[in-house]
Amino acid sequence: MDYVVLLKQVPDLAEELEIDSAGTGLDREWMSYVASEWDEYALEEALQLREANGGTVTCLALGVATGDVDEVLATCLARGADRVVKVGSFDESPDSHAAAAAFAEALEPIPHDLILTGVQAIDDLDGQVGPLLAARRGMPHLSVVTHIAVSGDGRSVTAHQEYAGGVVGEFEVDLPAVLGVQSSREAPRYAPVSRVRQLLKTATIETVDVAGGGPRSGLVVESMSVPETGAAAEMIAGNAQAIAERIAELLAERGITGGAAR
Amino acid sequence: MSGDILVVVEHRDGVILDTTHELLGGAAKLAAAGGGDVVAVLLGSGLAGLAGSLDGASRAIIVDDPGLDAFSPSSYLAALVPLVRERAPDLVLVANSGPGMDVAAGLSAALDLPLAAYVTDITLDGGSPLVTCQLYAGKIQAAVRFEGGRGIATVVAGSFAPTAAGVSPTTETVPAASTDARIRFRGLHRPEAGDVDITREAVLVSVGRGIGEQDNIELVEALAAAVGGAVSSSRPIADSGWLPRTRQVGKSGLKVKPKVYLALGISGAPEHLEGMRGAELIIAVNTDPRAPIFSVAHYGAVADLLDVVPALTARLGG
Ligand SMILES: Cc1cc2nc3c(=O)[nH]c(=O)nc-3n(C[C@H](O)[C@H](O)[C@H](O)COP(=O)(O)OP(=O)(O)OC[C@H]3O[C@@H](n4cnc5c(N)ncnc54)[C@H](O)[C@@H]3O)c2cc1C
Repeated sequence: MDYVVLLKQVPDLAEELEIDSAGTGLDREWMSYVASEWDEYALEEALQLREANGGTVTCLALGVATGDVDEVLATCLARGADRVVKVGSFDESPDSHAAAAAFAEALEPIPHDLILTGVQAIDDLDGQVGPLLAARRGMPHLSVVTHIAVSGDGRSVTAHQEYAGGVVGEFEVDLPAVLGVQSSREAPRYAPVSRVRQLLKTATIETVDVAGGGPRSGLVVESMSVPETGAAAEMIAGNAQAIAERIAELLAERGITGGAAR
Repeated sequence: MSGDILVVVEHRDGVILDTTHELLGGAAKLAAAGGGDVVAVLLGSGLAGLAGSLDGASRAIIVDDPGLDAFSPSSYLAALVPLVRERAPDLVLVANSGPGMDVAAGLSAALDLPLAAYVTDITLDGGSPLVTCQLYAGKIQAAVRFEGGRGIATVVAGSFAPTAAGVSPTTETVPAASTDARIRFRGLHRPEAGDVDITREAVLVSVGRGIGEQDNIELVEALAAAVGGAVSSSRPIADSGWLPRTRQVGKSGLKVKPKVYLALGISGAPEHLEGMRGAELIIAVNTDPRAPIFSVAHYGAVADLLDVVPALTARLGG
């Protein structure tokens, strides 16, 4: 069974995001990047499935100039991927439609039975890459997936799709297919930084070119803005003691006065 | 352009989902402003009876096929792609759910229609849709247009209000143009009841990743005891197994409306807000002054929860 995982980096939300001077994008000058959380779950699932059923895990990431794609791919190797491939070359992270087209082209010569990627990323304005890629390659796709299991004959997988209220649908999906992973059965395994550093020097990161000028999202961004958080909230100032005092008052106003009220 | 707005209906267990009613409400408002019809598309088998409850739609297309007996992304797309191509609506509205993501992206790629994701608002500007999208877990908002004026939007739950006009749409039943059984529904699994039903608690002390480590859960348990409420959480806390899944609030967890919701170390991602924005009083404690939770909170404090929680527990006599 050949598993392929698609990964990318996204801006680190722990840092403040700022809008660029044109007002239509993020100011990327000082931005720091982290791996997209759901892509890491996808990789963990692929590694778990390989451990259970045998096969190979190949990781693909777009060759984006912002952030550090080599580190993403070296981290995949450190976690146990068999092969990593950097796809194309982009000044900045392309939109999901262009990303899907690039991955679709790069996958041509790469064996793939099951393609896993994060169910979403925090920056996919024009939709998720997984289902767009699936449509381009004529493969079935299921979103918001957990509990992936490969069938005995290796021709299909079963997976759960999550709904509201903890309800899940169980599906059987014929391979080859693309799944958008919501979470992994175990937390993504740890990759020691020293190992990643070493692999960055010694490992082979394959590169493939893709034709530019592919499809675009067809969205025109008129403006981007930082919503005024706290515009609605009354902010409580002071130290922890003062904050606790004010919260206790707010609770008391609503008849909630502590354990005795129960 | 027709001005028509097509709404893809989502249903489960023979019931139309709330998110679909919201889409129909939003579509009805847009259609009233722009002219054109709201066309609901209901895919299923023997479900014609459901069409009467599609308030907000002026017409309903019922795609009736045994192959559509249960949701399957592949069979839904096989039926929808030719239908949307033929009816050529200006706008297609889909809920931002698992099935919605499957269908919307598939339509966008197959029909070369632009797709706007995580949509929270749509207005008409010069006759064409101006769409507000939520990005970066709610930290950024984008206003976008569709090149050519037509497109697809996946809409975040809670963005539009349902209508109660009480008018049933006229219906038209068609067979599925084709089916594709590469994805087959096997059944629904329902969660087991937990020790505590967080949907019935008056006070929820809710924790997110800001809690840092599992050992700190004790601190919020103590606060919940002191305040006479229960502990709930964001998804990552349930994913880590620090609290049972039955305590999870949000899109894939439970929808809660307590009298008081204390959001401690929860960023306020759209998927979390979906489950708690209806609480009567929301008080948020977060170290990040820009955390989106503050946009729905009534009161907020920029502080370390590990300081505030013990202080509040002590203050309440815990
Ligand atoms: C299909 C789908 C369904 C989902 N369903 C759900 C769902 O049902 N429920 C849900 O919650 N999420 C859900 N999510 C996940 C959601 O997107 C977010 O990832 C999640 O809500 C983030 O949880 P969090 O706020 O605890 O963590 P983070 O986003 O990591 O936020 C942690 C916050 O803690 C703050 N913080 C850190 N340290 C401290 C401190 N010492 N004191 C105070 N504050 C501190 C930080 O500033 C930050 O704001 C879903 C995602 C998808 C794709």
